[in-house]
Amino acid sequence: MELLWDGIKEAFFLIVSGDQEIWAITWLTLKVSGVATAISLLIGLPLGTWLALRDFTGRGCLFSFINTGMAFPPVVVGLWVSIFLWRNGPFGDLGLIYTPTAMVIAQIIIATPIVIGLTIAALQQLNPYLRIQLLGLGASRLQATFALWRESRLLLLAALMAGFGSIISEVGASMMVGGNIKDQTRVLTTAIVLETSRGRFTVAIALGFILLLLAYLVNFGLTVVQQRTTRSKDIQ
Amino acid sequence: MNSNNRPILTIEDLHVARGQDFHLSIDQLDVVDGEVLAIIGPNGAGKSTLLLTITRLLNPLSGTIRYKSQDITQIDELAYRRNLALVLQEPLLFDTTVYHNIATGLRFRGLSRAEQEKRIELWLSRLNINHLKTRPATQLSGGQAQRVSLARAMVLEPALLLLDEPFRALDSPTRTALIDDLRRLLSKTKTTAIFVTHNQDQALSIGSRVAVILDGKLQQVGLPQSVFSAPLDSKIADFLGVENILPGVVRTSETGKIMVEVNGNQLEAVGDADPGRDVYFCLRPEDITIWKTPDIPMSSARNQLHGIVSTITNQGHLLQIRIDCGFPLIVLITRASADDLEIKIGMQVFAAFKASAVHLIPR
Repeated sequence: MELLWDGIKEAFFLIVSGDQEIWAITWLTLKVSGVATAISLLIGLPLGTWLALRDFTGRGCLFSFINTGMAFPPVVVGLWVSIFLWRNGPFGDLGLIYTPTAMVIAQIIIATPIVIGLTIAALQQLNPYLRIQLLGLGASRLQATFALWRESRLLLLAALMAGFGSIISEVGASMMVGGNIKDQTRVLTTAIVLETSRGRFTVAIALGFILLLLAYLVNFGLTVVQQRTTRSKDIQ
Repeated sequence: MNSNNRPILTIEDLHVARGQDFHLSIDQLDVVDGEVLAIIGPNGAGKSTLLLTITRLLNPLSGTIRYKSQDITQIDELAYRRNLALVLQEPLLFDTTVYHNIATGLRFRGLSRAEQEKRIELWLSRLNINHLKTRPATQLSGGQAQRVSLARAMVLEPALLLLDEPFRALDSPTRTALIDDLRRLLSKTKTTAIFVTHNQDQALSIGSRVAVILDGKLQQVGLPQSVFSAPLDSKIADFLGVENILPGVVRTSETGKIMVEVNGNQLEAVGDADPGRDVYFCLRPEDITIWKTPDIPMSSARNQLHGIVSTITNQGHLLQIRIDCGFPLIVLITRASADDLEIKIGMQVFAAFKASAVHLIPR
């Protein structure tokens, strides 16, 4: 218990003291995961919408691949991204291995299937005639898509939260493609692994609390938006 | 119907496939400016497929649909669809207020807020839903939701309104009230509409013309009374509720009076048909009266049959009586009449009907 209590005190101290290294790690964590979430949303939302609304041969098979992708182990993603970005790998010339960009790429691969899968689920729970109704009222294809997103906004926000949650907490891929280099690619999860391996449990606990706080604050913001939407539906 | 009778929509040689098994074929169908064309047919006949094809949400295999003389495939799809408004079986309201639901199509068209408000207020009032204006769509009853759905489509002032069984899920009193309001509004605004239904009463009530679609084919188009009183063949007659369709042979025909032999009985009909011709002798159950004795006044009811009551089926306010006359004859009578006649199974009765109530269909 003492260890835990010391960890909490350390975390508080690290936060209020404005420790430069901790703030740099926290900022990089937020930046890498934020950019990866945004890009996976840009890819996953339109792709998930297209897949949800189109009927084609092999659709079920593709859905099962996407569902499998939702459970991609981060270390496997890290392994494959490392192979591709390794100096003598197919994209080795780009010099991306052990950079934040490599971490963003790996996290996009982890989060995108989650966003696609949950977007498909969100749109498929709508009445299938809703799109026909929108088009029958004179919506352009784009207007109809935005209206469908609006109708399923609660679940789409959940997709966003799930995507962000899956990557801010992953360690395997970030460690493998980022290398946990001090002042360059060290993020909260990889720093926790490092401090634990060094036996500096109080610092590891402190970093863990900061990571939890960060995840909580981002999800709190999204939840507020989500619940405001729910409340406005009840009150309107 | 508009006096100039100009077709707003013309369908020619249309062939649409849905899945492996279903095909819709329409050789020729016009929708005239200002009219309400009621399309009736059983479930799965192809009525909704036709509406989706007209809306360009389904592509036909072949054929042409012309809107104001222009092939719709040659017009910008969105510009064409914005001349239409579609109302489906379910209201499918959006997750917002009634006001914003009605505004949906207007917003798609980029109308100013002032114009939107003016039109929405008008249609809220016309459909008697002003009091629901700020209510969330999720808190409406089925009838209220369908009123909002109608307002959402009619506020667009479409050149062609497409109604796909909009009253199907409603209870009877709500449906009756809505049908009355819809008929009044269509007439008042002179809106051209296609009204799809499987219900004959609704088709009769709203349609200025009726088209019958059976098994994916357009079978008959005409004024409601002519379609219902003179179906072109036995299949249409059967769908339209002409429950007595009896095979017979024309024996004599002179000056509009035809004698038809049906199962050994000589029965009189009105019309023209060559002697020796095989026909279906069609008779609506409600056009037959039942008597306990053969003393039937023959002044108007020219035909008389006798038989034994074989079944009595409750149909709400009416009773369906099946009389075995050597062939089954279906008759509909009120409960009061049945009580007066003391109708019961096994009883001998006499059935009478006018020659003018008979409709002959060539076999």
